[in-house]
Amino acid sequence: MNNAERTRRELMIRMIRDFLDGNLAETIDRIPVEMRPRSAEPARCCVYKDRAMLKYRLMALMGFGMEEEDDETRPLRSYLADALAGKNHTAPVLSVCTVGCHGCVDSHVQVSNACVGCFARPCVASCPRQAISVVNQRSTIDRSKCINCGKCMTVCPYHAIIRNPLPCEDACPVGAIGKDEDGLVKIDFDRCIYCGKCFRSCPFSTIMERSSLINILDALRARRPVTAMVAPSVTDQFPGTIDQLFAALRLAGFSSIMEVALGAELTTQHEAAEFFERMARGDKLMTSSCCPAWVEAARRHIPEIVPMVSSTPSPMAYAGQLARKAHPEALTVFIGPCIAKRREAQKDPNVDYVMTFEELGALLAALEIDVISLEAPPLEAPAASYARNFARSCGVNQAILQEIGDSKPDAEHPAIDEKFINGLDRKSMNLLKMYAKGKLPGNFVEVMACTGGCVGGPCSLAR
Amino acid sequence: MSEPCKMKVEICLGTTCYVLGSFRLSALEEQLPPELADRVEVAGAACLGLCKDRNYGKAPFVRINGNRVVDNATIEKVLDALKEELEKCNE
Ligand code: FES
Repeated sequence: MNNAERTRRELMIRMIRDFLDGNLAETIDRIPVEMRPRSAEPARCCVYKDRAMLKYRLMALMGFGMEEEDDETRPLRSYLADALAGKNHTAPVLSVCTVGCHGCVDSHVQVSNACVGCFARPCVASCPRQAISVVNQRSTIDRSKCINCGKCMTVCPYHAIIRNPLPCEDACPVGAIGKDEDGLVKIDFDRCIYCGKCFRSCPFSTIMERSSLINILDALRARRPVTAMVAPSVTDQFPGTIDQLFAALRLAGFSSIMEVALGAELTTQHEAAEFFERMARGDKLMTSSCCPAWVEAARRHIPEIVPMVSSTPSPMAYAGQLARKAHPEALTVFIGPCIAKRREAQKDPNVDYVMTFEELGALLAALEIDVISLEAPPLEAPAASYARNFARSCGVNQAILQEIGDSKPDAEHPAIDEKFINGLDRKSMNLLKMYAKGKLPGNFVEVMACTGGCVGGPCSLAR
Repeated sequence: MSEPCKMKVEICLGTTCYVLGSFRLSALEEQLPPELADRVEVAGAACLGLCKDRNYGKAPFVRINGNRVVDNATIEKVLDALKEELEKCNE
């Protein structure tokens, strides 16, 4: 586990603990100093910067970004008061803390000291733009010609040509993040699909998510009814069984708990039916719609594919309906590994808050609830295993195949020919554009923004 | 020669240790070098009680032979400790 993850989790545990103890308002402004005393070894340039980043991370945990800080002397406890009054979350779910941005150099290919100026010069031969020449026994790249394609890198026998990455920009599948005029990172929210890849890739923890933790904790502490809706990707995220995890959630104060996989059962049924309807009316292609980052990506970047995106609600949306119906008085909290779900939830009246697996882990640790040693009765109505499997790449396809079995409502219409996109990146975005144009075989495409499916989500606990 | 040395490793899978990284330690078993492989028994454990008093700064914890504790445990740290224990035992 890297230092950034570790710090983030320790900070969460600490904040939750103090909040539930009832003294966060007194301690919160001291937490950054206590976690990084002057005697500590700084992880950035100095402990003061470390503290500043902890401060902004605490703000993010309360639902505020650095962007909302108009008075630098304002203490954290004042943000806490605003968060508890529901005045947080006025901005997008992702926040850029430019204080922490290293201002990495733009991604480019360069020749390192390992170059020996060999005789064969495969780099020179492989460059499609004639950008490489050998000067003083060493390959040199003419920046004005180089297109950073990396062909020279792959042919150098000495691995002497390297790519200097710009981690956030390289990770973004849709070109939504990059550096602005001052050389600091900036997200273009007209392009952003909230997949969270930048959040995970930045080595300086500059990208933060505006959390709802405080609002959820507040409801739990006040013993208000709260329904936990646990995403199917929960398998393998916590020690022990799902029965034990549900028992732990109950101890943590959730008044009712349900598997979102129950919603996935409904999604499967409706999506299978929708597929045949669409094929019957002559459509050539349908894509899945359960991944909110994919739905955003289609809307913002491949408008021509939008009519082909299934209109079936996601497992979370169905679970929200079920939860509202069963306990209309309760707050609903979706618990999963996903940042884009935060965005989806903002538009769904049945989902009040989203909590990440990482945050749930921190909550259980703060409460010293030892999941693995709990006695737990088996779930009364466990979801079908195909529905639990929804969260893995190809899981949606398998669920739909199982749902339709051998049925083929109308012999006139084509059988399902399923394909999948396991993780969005620039390459798979291009593939999807080709699917939209009908240039690739297949009539059903499952799309998951995270590699491996939701189980590889940016806010998973164990990966 | 007497009985070969056997060692028991308990990886704490209590919630605190798990959240702070013990989920990464499950690969320990596959990474045991040949001299350790058939002497070491690896098991997961419920909270070892070492994170109490909010002392989680040093989690995750691993316990060897019921008495030696490795804190801030990583696979490498546990392997080093196991090698030391093996030497002691062989003396
Ligand atoms: S969780 Fe490991 S010692 Fe308590």
